[in-house]
Formats: sequence, C-alpha cells, structure tokens
Amino acid sequence: MDSFFIAIGVALCFLILLTLHRAIHGPTAIDRIMGVNVVGTKTTILLVIIGTIYHRVDMFVDIALAYALLNFIVTIAASRYFHHRKNLSSRGYGFSYRSEEDK
Amino acid sequence: MTIVVIVLLLAGLIFFFATTVGILRFPDFYARMHAAGKGDTLSSLLMLLPLALYSFHEMNMANLLVAVKILLIGVFIFMASPTATHAIIDAGYEAGIKPWTKKPEEESENDLAA
Repeated sequence: MDSFFIAIGVALCFLILLTLHRAIHGPTAIDRIMGVNVVGTKTTILLVIIGTIYHRVDMFVDIALAYALLNFIVTIAASRYFHHRKNLSSRGYGFSYRSEEDK
Repeated sequence: MTIVVIVLLLAGLIFFFATTVGILRFPDFYARMHAAGKGDTLSSLLMLLPLALYSFHEMNMANLLVAVKILLIGVFIFMASPTATHAIIDAGYEAGIKPWTKKPEEESENDLAA
C-alpha cells in the first residue's frame, strides 16, 4: 500500500510540473495567478499523501491546512490587486484590448 | 476498504490530469479558469476522502481527529476554491480581456490567446 501512495505522489508531482508551465509562460498575469493557485491546491493534497507515506499524518495534516489557508489568501490578495490596477500588460506581456478601444 | 481507497485515489488522479490538460490546452483565459476551478475542487475532494478513510483504519480517538481534520481541509477547499475562481475571473473581466471567439476575421488578432 505504501508503494501505491508513492506512485500517486510521483504522478501528482508530474502534474504539478505540467501546471508550472502555465504559471511561468502564461500570456497574462492573471494566468500566472491561476497557475499558482492550482499548484497550491495540488501541494495541499501532496502534503497529506507525504504524511500518509511517513505514517505521521497527525503532523502533516496541520501543515496542509495552513498551506490551504495561505494559498487562498495569496490568490485573493493578488486578484484584488489586479482588480484595482486594471492593467495586465505593464511589462510587455499579454493583452491590451482596453487601450485599443480607447484609440 | 482498501479497494475503495485505491479506486477513489485513481479517480481523483484522473480528474487532476483532466484539469492539467485543460489548463495547458484551452485557448482562452476564461476557458482555462473553467477547467481550473471545477476540476480542482472535485478532484481535491476525491483525493482527500480516501486519505481520511485510510487514516481511520484503526478505530481510536487520535485517528478520528486526524480524519476529521483531513475532511476539514476538504470543506475549506470547497468554500475557498470557488471564491478564488470568482475573484480571478472578476479581475480579468475588469481588466478588459475579451472572450475567445472563433470568427475567421479575428483569428489573426486572437493569436495572443493561444
């Protein structure tokens, strides 16, 4: 049963690496926030799996709970920041539809 | 009980794989948020439920507390993930990102979204 949990954890790590591509190469800043959010959710599950492998779930489940809270706060703060800023293309990345409409 | 744990963990992994494929392959920001918001929430519960069940294999008070804590993470994700998805979508909508449409005359403009 332990080797099965290790296989599930390794597969989850592979999916995290695939999602990290969107977090790095995302066309807009909002895409990067979404990628980081998904990676954080997967990391929460991965922490519980690691605790199951080490037979110390009672310790790791608190870390996972704190990580889920932190992930939620980071996502809300970053999206509120871009909600007020209304400009996703300050460094040359992404879209500029609104400025094209103003011309 | 082991069979239930294995089946639920594999189902959660399949849903996580679908989420990742959707995030990588969908053409638009809104479509990607659609894949991320729903797939993450469902597959998180599908993977946390068997882990709570597996940690409760010996019936005593400490294992019950651990299982309840794992289920509490699931309840929190069920409240937090749709809220975060709504906040990100709202930020993108206020920033003026137009939804992806499959019109032939706009295909050259929509190359940025691909």
